[in-house]
Amino acid sequence: MVRSSCYSGLNLGRFSSALFLFALITPLPTLHSQEKPYFVTYSHDLEEPGNLEIETKTALGRPAGSTHYGALATEIEYGVTGWWTSELYLDGQATGQESTLFTGSRFENRFRPLMREHWINPVIYVEFENITGADKNMLEVVGHDGQGDLAEPNDDTRQEHEHEAELKLILSSNLKAWNISENFIAEKNLGHEPWEFGYALGAARPLRTLGSGKPCIFCLEKFTAGAEMYGGLGDVSSLTLGDTSHYLAPVVGWQLPRGRLSFSTGFGLNSASLDRVYRIGWASELPQIGTWFRQNGGTR
Amino acid sequence: MIARNSRTLGLLFLFISAALLLGAASSSPWAKIPAKDHARTNPLASRPDSTSAGALIYKENCEQCHKADAMGDGHKKPSLRTERIKSATDGDLEWFIRQGDLSHGMPSWSRLPEAQRWQLVAYLRSIQ
Repeated sequence: MVRSSCYSGLNLGRFSSALFLFALITPLPTLHSQEKPYFVTYSHDLEEPGNLEIETKTALGRPAGSTHYGALATEIEYGVTGWWTSELYLDGQATGQESTLFTGSRFENRFRPLMREHWINPVIYVEFENITGADKNMLEVVGHDGQGDLAEPNDDTRQEHEHEAELKLILSSNLKAWNISENFIAEKNLGHEPWEFGYALGAARPLRTLGSGKPCIFCLEKFTAGAEMYGGLGDVSSLTLGDTSHYLAPVVGWQLPRGRLSFSTGFGLNSASLDRVYRIGWASELPQIGTWFRQNGGTR
Repeated sequence: MIARNSRTLGLLFLFISAALLLGAASSSPWAKIPAKDHARTNPLASRPDSTSAGALIYKENCEQCHKADAMGDGHKKPSLRTERIKSATDGDLEWFIRQGDLSHGMPSWSRLPEAQRWQLVAYLRSIQ
């Protein structure tokens, strides 16, 4: 029996679809997003000041002995300044033979402390999460996260309300045409639970570095390929690579005229991991949104 | 006593003004371009398709702020048809595009491959 959640009034699926459609058909000019096609790893690319990016990230998986699920994270990202980007995530999931749930929200900020490009560029990431235990987006893996957590029934996990603070140190380099990024994650459940740790590593490169000069869709420079690896590192009482999950995921990004499409298949590297996690993302950018509204809304 | 205080205040005012002027001068990103970057020439300048490729890169990435005619918005988004750009070396322009000026709202375009930054430099040269 499919049960609706207490959050069904919000109807995340419809809201996300509406955002997605808005990005596709809006009369506002849209751009393809310039960021890397990673799903978990962050590079030091920030949103351009004044631009608003709408991105959806879908994760599909099946824990051993359980049913398929699909999780959707809808991300609204705004470039506040050249060195500060702010984001809101709305998360939800649907599990086969169970229910569809809104699983919470995340508010994050990324800051670049150094105003120049260096070999390694640090970014400080600060996030507050207000999610339930039913969240299956796997936007990071920390502590002893494993596929067992994803197999628990929604009716149980939705009762667990987690208020968490997450800090990331993002180190990222653009070397030649490659981007290489390393993220170190520390997450604290504010309900007196220990700090948990995780990591994410990514490398990606456009398939062609020279611009062709033609407005094309299938040119090689429109594709970026790479891989990311992410997993948990235990918690303060047991820092470990074991008893947690790890994934290796090839990623492909395709820049289209109105957005960027991304694909990834994550392969679980140990028994605590899902065998596969499939991810699809769509990102579209509304350039200089404030200026556009001022000019078209007559509030100049 | 009053004259001495006035002189002290005057000196203090001069000192603060000089410090502010020096600070303003040194905050100009153009003043920080390393000599080896300043001396670089555009390796793609001789390719006939560099300008048209740079025009497309400009359209996709720069036009939203600097406008289609590269004249900017007259406020925070500056014109790219200025004496400063005209007199800059290819290396200066590539360095500035790569570094950006984060504190003044210009993002870093190190995310673009180096070859595309040079194509952009070729386009900027062509519109001066």
